[in-house]
Amino acid sequence: MKQPVYEDYEAHDSPGHPEPRQYVTIAIILAVITAIEVTVYYITAVKDLLIPMLLIMSVVKFLLVVLWFMHLRFDSHVFRRFFLIGVVLALVVFSVVLVTLLTRAPLPAG
Amino acid sequence: MSTPEQVIVVGHEPPTATGLDNTKLAMWGFLGSECLFFGSLISTYLLYRNRVCAGCGPRPHQIYNIPYTSVSSFVLLMSSLTMVLALAAAQKRDDRGMRIWLLATALLGMIFVGGQIFEFTDFYHRGLSLSTSTFGSAFFVLTGFHGAHVTVGILMLLSLVAMSFLGRLGPDQARKVELIGLYWHFVDIVWIVIFTVVYLIPSK
Repeated sequence: MKQPVYEDYEAHDSPGHPEPRQYVTIAIILAVITAIEVTVYYITAVKDLLIPMLLIMSVVKFLLVVLWFMHLRFDSHVFRRFFLIGVVLALVVFSVVLVTLLTRAPLPAG
Repeated sequence: MSTPEQVIVVGHEPPTATGLDNTKLAMWGFLGSECLFFGSLISTYLLYRNRVCAGCGPRPHQIYNIPYTSVSSFVLLMSSLTMVLALAAAQKRDDRGMRIWLLATALLGMIFVGGQIFEFTDFYHRGLSLSTSTFGSAFFVLTGFHGAHVTVGILMLLSLVAMSFLGRLGPDQARKVELIGLYWHFVDIVWIVIFTVVYLIPSK
């Protein structure tokens, strides 16, 4: 009878995870984006575009961490859906708040 | 006729109906629900950030220290890097490397929480408390809950290190590190949103 072959958990469950060098590259990109965020905060010339720029950079950082550091890019799509449901629900709450802000009478100061 | 090889995956769960690791699935479900939790807190903050009556304490732009918070954000981002390096070491069964990177992650988390405690104390001395204004309440509840999550993450990281030293992580140590790592990265992405929405986007 053949002996059983022992394999690592990771060899089966986490195919295609990035190498440490790629992790470092992602971290450098995250640090650079953070530095740009703080820089544009102080530049008055881009005041009108500040909020869209900050939101775009925030989304890029969010996606880099979720897709690479949390391995959602490499893992099962079921995990992706689970997480996406939470994100979508959070965005729904966020949208309801924005609609409330724009359409209702202002809240009393306190 | 030869018999097929019996493959035993060390530390792998028995086959499930989904073919996926149930604990990992549960963690993603939990993180999805946490998105809703923090989404609600961030929305509440946005609703109240400009509701400060005259004489009710400082407004957001009068009290935030952006350079200081930027350094805190950088520290937390780098802790995500040390966390994935801990996972990479665990996958290679490099116990020493795994412990070092886990401890580095916990240390960076402690620096972040220490910075947050300093910030809270500073704000309090400058007239902003939980009951000063609705802005103060929303700010402290949101960032306080985030800080509590980071603290829980630090405790889990230190528990992993202790279990590793005691030899109680078992053959599936990479999976355990990955689960704690997912939680830690989630705390990081929540801060990415908080840093932009709470600190950088200007208030009235």
